[in-house]
Amino acid sequence: MTAKTLEALADVEAATVEVHDVHKWYGTHRVLDGVDLTVRPGEVTVILGPSGSGKSTLLRVINHLEKPEIGYVSVNGEPIGVKRQGERLKELSERAILTQRGRIGFVFQNFNLFPHLTVLDNVAAAPVATGRLGRTEAQELARALLARVGLADRTGAYPRQLSGGQQQRVAIARALALRPGVILFDEPTSALDPELVGEVLAVIKDLANSGTTLVIVTHEIGFARETADRVVFIDGGRIVEQGPPSEVLDKPRHERTKDFLSKVL
Amino acid sequence: MSEPPGATVTLPLTSVADEPSKPLTAQRVLPLRRPGRWIATAVVLVLVAQFVHGLVTNPFYQWDRWGYWFLRPTILDGLAITLEVTAYSAVLGLVGGILLALARLSRSPVLRAVSWTYVWAFRSIPLIVVLIFLYNFSALYKTVSVGIPFGPAFFSFDESRLATDMAVAVIGLSLNEAAYAAEVVRGGILSVDQGQHEAAAALGLPKGYQFRRIVFPQALRSIIPNYVNQLIGLIKGTSLVFYVSLLDLFGSAQTMGSTYPGDIVPLLLVVTVWYLILTSVVSVVQFYIERHYARGATRSLPPTPLQKLRTGLTDLRARIRREAAV
Repeated sequence: MTAKTLEALADVEAATVEVHDVHKWYGTHRVLDGVDLTVRPGEVTVILGPSGSGKSTLLRVINHLEKPEIGYVSVNGEPIGVKRQGERLKELSERAILTQRGRIGFVFQNFNLFPHLTVLDNVAAAPVATGRLGRTEAQELARALLARVGLADRTGAYPRQLSGGQQQRVAIARALALRPGVILFDEPTSALDPELVGEVLAVIKDLANSGTTLVIVTHEIGFARETADRVVFIDGGRIVEQGPPSEVLDKPRHERTKDFLSKVL
Repeated sequence: MSEPPGATVTLPLTSVADEPSKPLTAQRVLPLRRPGRWIATAVVLVLVAQFVHGLVTNPFYQWDRWGYWFLRPTILDGLAITLEVTAYSAVLGLVGGILLALARLSRSPVLRAVSWTYVWAFRSIPLIVVLIFLYNFSALYKTVSVGIPFGPAFFSFDESRLATDMAVAVIGLSLNEAAYAAEVVRGGILSVDQGQHEAAAALGLPKGYQFRRIVFPQALRSIIPNYVNQLIGLIKGTSLVFYVSLLDLFGSAQTMGSTYPGDIVPLLLVVTVWYLILTSVVSVVQFYIERHYARGATRSLPPTPLQKLRTGLTDLRARIRREAAV
């Protein structure tokens, strides 16, 4: 392996994510209503909440797929999608936002792999397109990452030839290819057949152990209990309560949390 | 195709306990007979035979004259003009269509409005009107070396009449083609899943790369069949350039027809056969391009005709061997 590929494989410094008083609304509907959240480096945060509570929107605000109306998110202290101009925040250029997104991995519920590219090219595309690695180096990196998620033998396949679980593992490898300091997971196992959930959770758990900062929206309470450092319960666009799983999941203080947990457990 | 009934098949004998004669499950299900289908087939075959017979034997078609004209240099020159006009207009039309589609999908209201108006106008005006309008326009302005709507100086025209007519034809057809291509391309881009745009954006892929490598190749799957349809219309549409005094395939035949009035029918047949050939070539090319862009969209690629033939032969051989063994 070349030095550049090895460097790309080395563990990345985990990032800090700070959400500063984020408000987001569509018309008159308030989706996020003043969310403050700090995720420390290497921390695994699980976001729980009923459907429509704004948890996916919060995740999408972090990498600026959604623009907040008020407030901002910063990763390692750098505001995402905006910059400070005097007393106000000003939108960044599209190009600058795209560059920032390279530092934030995102894994979708529906995988969203590129169906016309092979598994290898799906993973290798971003490092090449953003000019970080040459083609050969990127493919070398992609092979190593695919081996890490247990798919070393499927590099030549097209996404639709894979099972859902395999596709999601490719999607995780694709997110890793840019060495993100934080990876966001938007219900990564919700589109999977039950017997395939385990293999994806195992990969996420492996990432958690490697010290990457993870923010995960999921309904897998068991996984949250085992892996999360912190559980955040969201309802109505606000954080209702947060803390270690032993507290939020086992001794919830708020009625709404208790109510939600009684429905999903 | 189904095997004739009664052919014994080596299904694994499921154990129907102690059944002395052949158990039901050991034999193939008898296929339903369809006499109606046979009758319909026979009727159609008779009709087709009648038609072919008439085509061959009716002296009206003068096949000997057809043979005389088919490869005449004047016809082939016309064919070359047809191909040239089609090729330029297809490329310029597609490029223009892509730009118009992008403008239509952009966030700028001005670009959207301009694109919409263009498509509206050129889909409304008959091609022949556009061509004749441009033709008269070019009579007013002697040099038509500038004014190619899409791309830089792709053509270098001398001031000969032919080059000007060519320019008029290509510009007219391209303007028209671009309007239709714009809708085809726009439809293709809209058919790409929103998740693909999001994934590309989430990975921070540069904007141009997102379009060229992620969105457009996927859009092509729906663009190609529609654009080929357009293209076939365009090939035939080029026959209108006769009216701006460009002697294409149809134009040459038409001119020869007025010189040799007795040969009008064979000349029209010459033109028909050439257009059939052109369309067939385009269809074959379409098949392979579609197959290329089907990568990943289906679990396995559709077989090429050659592969189909090969598996067909293998199957047939296996079947003959099986039946000989019985």
